[in-house]
Amino acid sequence: MKYIDEFRDPKIAHRLVEEITRRVTRDWTLMEICGGQTHTLVRYGFEEMLPKQVHLVHGPGCPVCVTPLEVVDKAIELAARPDVIFVSYGDMLRVPGSKKDLFHVKAEGGDVRIVYSPMEALKLAKNNPDKKVIFFGIGFETTAPPHAMAVLTAHREGITNFYMLASHVLVPPAIRTLLESPHNRVQAFIAPGHVCTVVGFDQYESLAQRYNVPIVVAGFEPLDLLEAIHMLITQLEAGKHEVQNQYARSVTRYGNIPAQRAVEEIFEICDRKWRGIGSIPMSGMRINAKYAAYDAERVFGLEDSGAEEPKECIAAQVLMGLQKPLDCPEFGTRCKPESPLGAPMVSPEGACSAYYQYKRHLAPVGD
Amino acid sequence: MATKTEFDGTLTCPAPLPAVERVLLGHGSGGKLSAQLLERIFLPAFSNPTLDQLNDQATFSIDGMRMAMTTDSFVVNPLFFPGGDIGSLAVHGTVNDLAMGGAQPLYMSVAFILEEGLPIETLQRVVGSLRQAAAQAGVQIITGDTKVVEQGKGDELFINTTGIGLVAHGLTLGSERARPGDKIILSGTLGDHGICILAQREGLEFETTIQSDSAPLHGLVQSILNTHAEVRCMRDPTRGGLSSSLNEIAQRSHVGMMIEEEQIPVREEVRGACELLGLDPLYVANEGKMIAIVEASAADRVVETMQAHEYGREARIVGTVIDRHPGTVVMRTSFGTTRIVDMLAGDQLPRIC
Repeated sequence: MKYIDEFRDPKIAHRLVEEITRRVTRDWTLMEICGGQTHTLVRYGFEEMLPKQVHLVHGPGCPVCVTPLEVVDKAIELAARPDVIFVSYGDMLRVPGSKKDLFHVKAEGGDVRIVYSPMEALKLAKNNPDKKVIFFGIGFETTAPPHAMAVLTAHREGITNFYMLASHVLVPPAIRTLLESPHNRVQAFIAPGHVCTVVGFDQYESLAQRYNVPIVVAGFEPLDLLEAIHMLITQLEAGKHEVQNQYARSVTRYGNIPAQRAVEEIFEICDRKWRGIGSIPMSGMRINAKYAAYDAERVFGLEDSGAEEPKECIAAQVLMGLQKPLDCPEFGTRCKPESPLGAPMVSPEGACSAYYQYKRHLAPVGD
Repeated sequence: MATKTEFDGTLTCPAPLPAVERVLLGHGSGGKLSAQLLERIFLPAFSNPTLDQLNDQATFSIDGMRMAMTTDSFVVNPLFFPGGDIGSLAVHGTVNDLAMGGAQPLYMSVAFILEEGLPIETLQRVVGSLRQAAAQAGVQIITGDTKVVEQGKGDELFINTTGIGLVAHGLTLGSERARPGDKIILSGTLGDHGICILAQREGLEFETTIQSDSAPLHGLVQSILNTHAEVRCMRDPTRGGLSSSLNEIAQRSHVGMMIEEEQIPVREEVRGACELLGLDPLYVANEGKMIAIVEASAADRVVETMQAHEYGREARIVGTVIDRHPGTVVMRTSFGTTRIVDMLAGDQLPRIC
């Protein structure tokens, strides 16, 4: 498959691994932020290939996993209303709220639809004028532009029965939180390629300079990630801390300006709770006052369920890169994808789920 | 800048959900949830030695004759798709389930559940296709039933078929019979049917139309059996795809499996669609493919025989049964590393980014 197979060539992969092995002289801990990258690393078994000194830990970059419990509860409350068509990306349906998930709501008669694009939700709103169509707008900077476009389009076309339950999160504040934690052990970051396609990598320069960490913006194919690891190890061994762009075929320094304008038009920065981590100031986006008529939280007057998350899962350590999924005593025993105890087991892109899916034959636990 | 979180290692995650009290769509996906229904609801109610074999068909003897019987319901949407329709699928599904037990399919029943308002012309097309597929497969439809439900209480039309066939004497196949050393043979490309249906539903267009692989496999099976090779078991990887079929065999036989990523054929356009939709072809449904677990020394001979048959042209050995990690299927990736090929918990869900 053109433009895919070139980035999965085993021969080049092994050459890159040899080169990394030659360069590395001591232990280094690298973190990839994005769940899609975690998925590739685990799926292709990078840990089996790379030298033992290179430690890969997995960051909080699965938007499904970090969507806070009370937002999931709000989604569930809305979806159960008889006059509502609740529209979501597929993998949010299995995320447990405090009592149930959206699949259960659907089974109980709630009108819950899976779509690939928020524009499909707009179409549903047009075709069902007697229903309130609510789109579950979650994700990082990547999904914010299409969500903004959906609201803009609804506004332009005068669609009045379309709403968004928006819970966006931003990557740089999460990186900052990690780096300011006294427990931090991450020495270099693989920055998320798709996020940077939208926002560019300019804002990562200040992170690299302020915290002395090398950052490489990378794609999602195995060779993208191996090349990024190679670039990071080279920088670390040379004592450098620069931002490099491995994903130049997609990412530019300032990103996609029209997309950013659309996002700025619709959303505003706010504090946001991350499931498994806690509240991070200025780490989220919500619909601003001008477009309040499309904001499901305001329109439907939703209140926080106040649901407390129990403390038995080590999600925080996993999402902060302090522990690996296989370190958890509940991994593969009580906590499985079909009955997740915590956020990283929920979505296929969560770190624990990726390990469960691909790597539990290497662990002493599992069924 | 205030970036403090209450990060003290005691944070937080959701509690497990209470046991599922209602049927979810995932219960019909052929994955772990389907297996749970079987174990918790159906087997306790119906358990008997014939059912408990849990193959795609039941085999039993009447007056010394070895028979195979299977039943299957078809709810595919859209009713018509490139490469087939619900009518031909209803024949192929049942014929293949019989064939995987080594049976020659003979007779079928057909039951229709029709939604009020369905155009008669649609029904006629489906029936015509069903008749043609049955004639091609050499099975006779000898009984049937029709029910009509109110508008909104069904999705145009559903079909149930039951099939009966004869099993040759001395032939024993079963998912509990795989042994370390056996070879795993796959008859051709993965994912064609599932991706064809999904592309239709989602309105995805590719340079070439992805065709369903829906086909009757009893002829291919017969040619395998005619080699007199030691065949342990056969499966058609429908719902849940190759991964579910292999996991089931690995679990029932208490063996491990190692499959080779580079040996598993997937069409370019199917790979492309899977990339786009975030799906893994190993989990996508097939309706005209089979796997055979065969004693190692006979494997090459079986592959050659299959390749000579129109539905087995791309047959090949894709893996080996091993004694390590019993119950688990592991794949050697193109990078030489290994990863688990698990059974899905529910439906494969599209990823969001």
